[in-house]
Amino acid sequence: MKRELTCIVCPIGCQLNVTLENGVVTEVTGNTCPRGKQYAIDECTNPVRTITTTARTADGGVIPVKTDKPIPKDLMFDCMHEVNHAVVFLPAHIGDVVIKNLLGTGVDVIVTANKE
Amino acid sequence: MREIDLVIIGGGPAGMSAALAAHEAGIRDLLILERDEKLGGILQQCIHNGFGLHRFGEELTGPEYAWRYEKEVLAKNIPFMLGTMVLDITPDRVVTATNAESGVFQLKAKAIILAMGCRERSRGALNIAGTRPAGIYSAGTAQKYVNLKGYLPGKEVVILGSGDIGLIMARRMTLEGAKVHAVCELMPYSGGLARNIEQCLNDFNIPLKLSHTVVEIHGRERLEGVTIAKVDERRRPIPETREYIPCDTLLLSVGLIPENELSKTADVALDRVTNGAVVDQDRQTATEGIFACGNVLHVHDLVDFVSEEAEVAGKSAAAYILGKNENKLHIPLSTDGRVRYTVPQVITAEKDVTVYFRVADVYRNVTLKVMDGERIVTQKKKSRMAPGEMESITLKASAFVDAKELKFVLEVR
Repeated sequence: MKRELTCIVCPIGCQLNVTLENGVVTEVTGNTCPRGKQYAIDECTNPVRTITTTARTADGGVIPVKTDKPIPKDLMFDCMHEVNHAVVFLPAHIGDVVIKNLLGTGVDVIVTANKE
Repeated sequence: MREIDLVIIGGGPAGMSAALAAHEAGIRDLLILERDEKLGGILQQCIHNGFGLHRFGEELTGPEYAWRYEKEVLAKNIPFMLGTMVLDITPDRVVTATNAESGVFQLKAKAIILAMGCRERSRGALNIAGTRPAGIYSAGTAQKYVNLKGYLPGKEVVILGSGDIGLIMARRMTLEGAKVHAVCELMPYSGGLARNIEQCLNDFNIPLKLSHTVVEIHGRERLEGVTIAKVDERRRPIPETREYIPCDTLLLSVGLIPENELSKTADVALDRVTNGAVVDQDRQTATEGIFACGNVLHVHDLVDFVSEEAEVAGKSAAAYILGKNENKLHIPLSTDGRVRYTVPQVITAEKDVTVYFRVADVYRNVTLKVMDGERIVTQKKKSRMAPGEMESITLKASAFVDAKELKFVLEVR
């Protein structure tokens, strides 16, 4: 089976052609770096995305947060649900952990801005 | 009036990079003026990732990228004033500014770096017919509401324009529970990065309607819907393709305009294509001692290149202040129309220069040639060039020996 993908690893956005046999990636062409090949393999077997969003702060505002590693794509909205029920206490700084081991993925949600 | 070596107007990525580069080159009497309550500029509301791949080799969010520079500004004790609005600059470099603490004050600068960034084109610039209800925002305004204020501006959304901010907001609003019905793009191609079409639209099954525009806005108090239509090859709406989409929110992501009101007060000559200043390779404008960098000069796709350009401006402003600037040449760079513009627009020194440019349409299998009369100075082949992607080519110092004018020509095979 053949799949055409647009690489999302960097702003170049290479057009990738992926050959799959029985669900296993056997060939990737069109990538201009090794990370593109890895993206193609991940995308065809276990697609993942980094989530960037905001969490509520105790003072009634919001603060930007992200998953410190990509999470499975089908958990995106579950991740949003978890983050939207979290509260960040101030002061908060870049790298502070908001949710540890999000949904059992081993990925943490961390703060991405400083707020005093 | 206080005399000062260098004033930098704007504390976003361009202003901070320029200040750090000038500091590195030995300038200590400098000041950043920033109208917001925080350094970082627009990066503070760009909470998505993808910044810094070129500079730092990692994917940072906007606030994280800004912090890398703010940290340096603080560590080097570079002075900055927040909540400070510059009102006027004169050609002989008197800066008039105001803030709540000092009132109106003036500075006489040896050099000024313009780093005010850009603003969004608005509904008024598009002349869309219909009523004027609430619920119509520029994509950047919606981004500010969602990411900095924590408000969701609407639930049923249509986006006009497929620039990167529009695509990013399509995903952001969807993640926060809104339904994005369509992204309409007037042109037959998207103005945004391919990766953003993929991860912001395709991931969420949001349709991208190319060659479509919004022709009418409906609703009295609040937006109730928009009528969209397909456009022909001359971008005229085709009446029989009109389609009504009920929605409460319309986001506009229809282009950015460098914010040059202050440049005009200083009589800085502007380029009619970029809407930014005409500059040389040092990013010095035609008004001596005034430099420009970042999105106020020309709109960039990537902040990494803003930082890079700002460093050139900061270093050059320092050289100018220290009397080390020995620019003698005057070689204009011209374009053939397929190449829309170049930055810089003029070469004044015999040194290697990276020239940035954008093309007017999507072209395949192209050769960019830099011509000195009939002579090809240098050329570059590429399988595809598109208006949404800034291109660059490096010219060697030798290219400028005896050259009168260098023309950028795009050949399509």
